[in-house]
Parts: sequence; C-alpha cells; structure tokens
Amino acid sequence: MKYAYYPGCSLHATAVDYDESTQAVAKALGVELIEVPDWSCCGSTPAHCTDELLAAALPAQNLLAAKAVADQVVVCCSACFSRFKFAQKHIEEKDDLRAQLSETMPIDEIEGMQVRHLIDVLVRDVGLEKIEQAKQCDPQLKVVCYYGCLLTRPPKVTEWDDPEDPQMMDDLLRAAGMETIDWPFKTECCGATFALTRTDIVLRLTAEILQMAREVGADCISVACPLCHANLDMRQDDIRKKFGVECDIPIFYFTQLLGLALGLEKRDLGIGRALVNCDELLTAKGLA
Amino acid sequence: MKYVLDQEKIRPDLVRTIERLSGEDVRQCYQCGKCSAGCPIAADMDLPPNQVMRMLQLGLTDEALDSRTIWLCASCETCTTRCPREVDLAAVMDALRHEALRQGRKSPIRQIPFFNRTFLRLIKKYGRVFEMELIGRFNVGTLHFFKDVTKAPRLFFRGRLKLWPSFKGRKTARPAFQAVKNAQRHEPAEPPAADESAGNPTP
Ligand code: SF4
Ligand code: SF4
Repeated sequence: MKYAYYPGCSLHATAVDYDESTQAVAKALGVELIEVPDWSCCGSTPAHCTDELLAAALPAQNLLAAKAVADQVVVCCSACFSRFKFAQKHIEEKDDLRAQLSETMPIDEIEGMQVRHLIDVLVRDVGLEKIEQAKQCDPQLKVVCYYGCLLTRPPKVTEWDDPEDPQMMDDLLRAAGMETIDWPFKTECCGATFALTRTDIVLRLTAEILQMAREVGADCISVACPLCHANLDMRQDDIRKKFGVECDIPIFYFTQLLGLALGLEKRDLGIGRALVNCDELLTAKGLA
Repeated sequence: MKYVLDQEKIRPDLVRTIERLSGEDVRQCYQCGKCSAGCPIAADMDLPPNQVMRMLQLGLTDEALDSRTIWLCASCETCTTRCPREVDLAAVMDALRHEALRQGRKSPIRQIPFFNRTFLRLIKKYGRVFEMELIGRFNVGTLHFFKDVTKAPRLFFRGRLKLWPSFKGRKTARPAFQAVKNAQRHEPAEPPAADESAGNPTP
C-alpha cells in the first residue's frame, strides 16, 4: 500500500509528535507513506476566510505535487484534510474557479486524485482485523475520542461515517484493545482557529470539553488534529487559572495510542512532547 | 435590538452578490433557528447565525457585512451540517467575509483579518507557516507583546518550536498566489482582497 503523505505545517513544527507517531505506526502496519515533494501550506482558515481562489489554489498545487508520488494522498491534520476536500469540491463544481486556476496550473490533472484521512486508511484499507492481529498488548486505557469539527463536517465534503456520532476512531482504538467511552462531546468545536486571536473563546470551549471528558471517567483524550491538540493540551493551566476548575487530563494523538498497543517505543511515538504529563497514567497502566 | 427597514438601506443587488459567491439562495431559510442553537460561538456574536440569514432575506446587507458575527464564525460547519433546509450557512459566512474585504470594510474585530493577512503573507514568503514569526508579528501588531510567551520555552525544550523557517514549499505555493494576482488584474476597479493598508489591527 503506497500513498503520498502530506504532513502540513503543524506536523513539522508544534505537532512533530503527530508526524513521528504517524510514521512509526504506518511502518509497523506496512503502509508506505512517501512525503509530497516540496509541499506548501494548504492555506488553512486564513485562506478560505480571505479569498476563495487562494483557498482552492494552494491545495490544488499540493495535489499536483502529490500526483508525482501516488494518486492517493494521506492527510493527518483535520484542518488540512478539510481544506483539500473543499478545494476538490469547489474546483469540480465551479467552472469559473477552474478557469481562473487553469491560467497558472494544469488543473485538470488533479482529477481522480483521492484525499484520505489516516484514520480512514487504517480502518478501510489496512482493516481492523489486521490491527487486532498486530497489537502486542491491550492497553488498559479508558479513552474518549474527540473528532472535533472538520474531520466529520460537513459529511457531503468529508465523506465521514456520521457527523453527530462518528465511530471510526473509536473502532480503531477498540480494535487495538482500548476501551472507548461514549460521550456527548465527540464533535464539539474547540475554537481552533481563534487560539491566538480570541483566546477567551478557546478557553471557554476547551474547558467544557476537558471537564466532560473527566466527568465520563476517561483516562485521556484521543485527537486527530494538531489544532485540537494544541488547544486541549496547552490551555489546561490557563483554564485552571481563569475558571478555577480541575481539568487536567492527558491528550494523545490516536496514532500515539495505536503505537502503544502495537508495542512501539514511546520515544518513537513522540510521547512526552505534550505539555500535560502522561507518565503517571502510563506507569499506572503498565505502559511506561 | 431594533432594525429599521429603510428603502435606502435595502440592497437586493448585494444580496445577489452574496448568493452568487456562496451558491446559496437566502430564501431557502425558514428561520427555524437550528443553526444558532448549535453554533458554538453564538454567545459571543452580535447577530446569531439565523439572524444573519434574516438580514439577507430583508436586504439589510450592511447589518450582515459589518457584523462581528462574520469574523467570529469559526467555520466549524455545524450549521451547514444540521440545517433542515440544507442552507450552507458556513459558505454564506465565507461569502460575507470575502465581500466585506473586497469592499474594504473595517472589521469590528480587527485582529482576526489582521491575523489572516499576516498568516497569508508568511505563506507567500516561505511557502509554509513559520509559527515563531507569525506569533511575533501578531503580538506586535496587536500590542499584546507578551501573550503566551511563557509557552515558548516549554515548547522549545520539547522539540516543538522551530527557530528557522523552511523555504521548501515556496515553489509549490507560487502559482497559487499568481492565480490570485491574475484574477485581481481582471478586476482592476476593486481593491485587492488581502489589502495591507487596511489599518492598525489593534482591537
Ligand atoms: S438552520 Fe437553516 S433554515 Fe434554520 S434558521 Fe438556520 S439557516 Fe435558516
Ligand atoms: S460555521 Fe460559523 S456560524 Fe456556523 S455553527 Fe460554526 S461558528 Fe457558528
């Protein structure tokens, strides 16, 4: 199984642990990921809030670069994933947009390219059975899966299983021997894009998510997006200070949890790079 | 809040523009309010999302284009996903932002378009985001010099903060920015979308 791999800006910076754990898990499961040569930023929220053409053009350029490697491109960041899927849809549906793009790039060549989120590839291409066979232990962790906004919504664009009660990440972690807890905040918004501009909004939304996770008895939260991770992991101190509530809970990328079940080294999974300490939890569960 | 339906304020032409940009028909909305009920940011907005739709239905485009709502919308897609009339409200929000920028309107929450401009300028320069410079420029531009600085060393010692930018994506990004430049040349009468002279972003 060979795929082009688009890490995106975050995975080469603050979310380097997501990149490390993705590569380690893919290798262990026989998924070949080849980095898109000279990939650029997808434009993220600032592009689509500013200019529709730019928001389509940046993903399109990266799809063209990915095509040199494979016709399926794997994206891990939910925000990048969403931008790629939206760009494809807009380019397909809007003739004037396509005409404008064709002035500077061979836009027709991206036709037939498939954008896949890593969770989708692991569940549908690798398969849950193979993951069950490959696991080395049953990590005794009670996990809540946090999908956030852009992985699942809108379903017409993301082609995800269910926008209100998604299951794919839960299925994956259950196959890897973890207990996933049903909870009502799977797809709540963390305010991602306002991390810098309106931190107050992020603190309010994030506090609710963290508290709910603790209330349902989770040991940790599993995420699939570097922006969700940043807000949930980096803001716990600020929330405690501002609202005076207990909200500490370790945040993992789903790839890190999967890696633990596959018996991979913590160092190779980037575990320990998050601000919230998880040593105590992993020691208590015999995973240290 | 009281809104006055004044002949002079009603702009059906601008409503058509928003409809063309978003691909949505504002009359589809039947004002059930489901969008506002699920919107995570509604509490911070001046117009809840369903009222933005109502303003457009009434032709009161100024109310929508100058609202805080369009800048506070986090593009979380909840409204679009849940609308029983299949109105793509997140696309309407995008269209309103684009039109407000094109007309050179001042955002009531200036730090948000300022952040967007700064972000896009860095991508144009480097091809990828360089977080240190982004945060630095944002803090200086908004006069919040020390916002979140205590986080930097903690990230650095965990290997998560890069001190130098990467230029690797520049070549890939260039045709994308060129496409935007070409499109703006075709519409010379209009100010560029990412106008750098849009003023001091201090909130
Ligand atoms: S959910 Fe749809 S129909 Fe209902 S008020 Fe919002 S936009 Fe209108
Ligand atoms: S997309 Fe914007 S308006 Fe719609 S629910 Fe999300 S934040 Fe609210």
